[in-house]
Amino acid sequence: MTSPNLGIKEHSHGGELPISKLDVHGSFDVADFPVPNGREEEWRFTPLRRLRGLHDGREIADGAVTVTTDAPAGVTVETVANGDPRLGTAFLPTDRVSALAFRDFAEAVVVTVPKETEAAEPIHIRIAGTAQGDAYGHVLVRAERHSAATVVLEYSGSAVYADNAEFIVEDGARLDLVSLQDWDRDAVHVSHQYTKVGRDARFRSYVVTLGGDLVRLSPKVGYTGPGGDAELHGLYFTGAGQHHEHRSLIDHNVSNTRSRVEYKGALSGDDAHAVWIGDVIIGEGTQGTDSYEYNRNLVLTDNTRVDSVPNLEIFTGEVEGAGHASASGRLDDIHLFYLMSRGIPADEARRLVIRGFFADLINRIEIPELRERIMDEVEEKLREQAAV
Amino acid sequence: MTKFEIRGVHADVLIGAEERQEILKGVDLTINSGETHAIMGPNGSGKSTLAYAIAGHPKYEITAGEVLLDGENVLDMSVDERARAGLFLAMQYPVEVPGVSMSNFLRSSVTAVRGEAPKLRAFSKELQQSMGNLSIDSSFAARGVNEGFSGGEKKRHEILQLELLKPKMAILDETDSGLDVDALKVVSEGINRSRATGEVGVMLITHYTRILNYVKPDFVHVFAHGRIAESGGPELADALEAEGYERFVKAGAAQ
Repeated sequence: MTSPNLGIKEHSHGGELPISKLDVHGSFDVADFPVPNGREEEWRFTPLRRLRGLHDGREIADGAVTVTTDAPAGVTVETVANGDPRLGTAFLPTDRVSALAFRDFAEAVVVTVPKETEAAEPIHIRIAGTAQGDAYGHVLVRAERHSAATVVLEYSGSAVYADNAEFIVEDGARLDLVSLQDWDRDAVHVSHQYTKVGRDARFRSYVVTLGGDLVRLSPKVGYTGPGGDAELHGLYFTGAGQHHEHRSLIDHNVSNTRSRVEYKGALSGDDAHAVWIGDVIIGEGTQGTDSYEYNRNLVLTDNTRVDSVPNLEIFTGEVEGAGHASASGRLDDIHLFYLMSRGIPADEARRLVIRGFFADLINRIEIPELRERIMDEVEEKLREQAAV
Repeated sequence: MTKFEIRGVHADVLIGAEERQEILKGVDLTINSGETHAIMGPNGSGKSTLAYAIAGHPKYEITAGEVLLDGENVLDMSVDERARAGLFLAMQYPVEVPGVSMSNFLRSSVTAVRGEAPKLRAFSKELQQSMGNLSIDSSFAARGVNEGFSGGEKKRHEILQLELLKPKMAILDETDSGLDVDALKVVSEGINRSRATGEVGVMLITHYTRILNYVKPDFVHVFAHGRIAESGGPELADALEAEGYERFVKAGAAQ
């Protein structure tokens, strides 16, 4: 069957290729990707000059990050050199930066959660930029079958950094990822997070982007067996002059898989720019896909910009559910009125409503210290904004 | 002793950027603490507009007149200042504020109105007791403000706030609407507990006489066409029960 029941003519992609064909053109060879000029569909929202050369491949790695890890007993953490055969099995780079990062990283962190092991504590991988300049990295997390673990990936400091993170969730395993982009204000970060979800496996990610000058993070999820479940949650607070871009792709290439994508952001301050691209593909011949994606943006001041683009490509008629929603707006003055009518001053009412906007998302993170820290940092950004 | 005076109030509802419509056309009313005034009237007569405009709802604008609470014009105050001055509005359609827990909201509100943060233990005890009085399950404290509450649950929480905030002047906008008899009794008891202090003036806005069987008014006013058309004692409510609002609707139409 070559013609899908439900066409996908109507979407906002301007490129020559449907998103579902991108993988076909993936490659480990940097030379296969021309240097982007900013007119390409996948680059048009990104201010290339602020990538500080990450995309053009000056082939220098003059920056530095330090990587520290800690993990509970029973979980293996290794540092391996580029070329380790376990690396690069879960993905094929689909853009130049991803290919470049994979070619040029020096050492990778490999985390293995052995089969049927339930990690008692979260596994922390802390990546801290120490010297401005280009640096590349790689992370591989393999949750073997019927294991369960939470990985906290934390970026801080200052760097111009590109990396690929691979997450392999084998059959029946459960992997939670918290990815915290807590960079210093001048950092640049382009990241790909590639996940393969096995049969009856569950992957949950919580992407929290607060820092950096430019952060462009692309989580991509594919399935290797039926019954896989992926939830991608995201939170960003984009302040004056910051560019935060999240581009998720869920490829329902196997039957009876589920996905939820829910990203929420707040923007405040001149030239705050947030981009959310949510691609979902429901593959030909699959059945019983259940998918929903959602993006909401809270625009707190003038002179901000949001680009929010959900794309859904369906190549089968046998879909359980598929939908998307996107909304961007101001604080609801009726919410504020209600709180103020109970005596709560305007600035506190605003804080309560904004906290509330993020609360359901933050409360899903199962690590209490992290929840508090993220809420504190959101509050901190709110205070910065109020002070301006 | 508190005196609440509405003097010559005209108000518009703001429909769009350029569009507005005058709803209140000269309202005069004085309520002293300890008194309960029922405002009754047909739908669309402007009763709710009066309530929202006094509270400072962004969709309404008072274009003339003044509203004095012990001589202070509340119209010069911001919405939160009005509340802290002792004005309270129980809304007909309480607002859902997602993600803000009821307990956090109530504590913030009580702190603001009382001027200092209540001691945590004393407050949770007070909250528990007040919720118990209104047959509100304690699990509601952890839920988002009005989030997913039924109509009756929302109304109970409005009265919970009335009891916690202890205002000088309470405007209750159709608090009875949508309540079954059991809920109506519970809510009325809450209102009566507040009234029993003798320190609150109550403006009870209602379309029906039903709640007046539980909350006895001292005065009854009929609202029609944006102003008070007739005032009297509780017997006026009985007359309305028997005759309906027809003669007021017609009287206005003939004007």
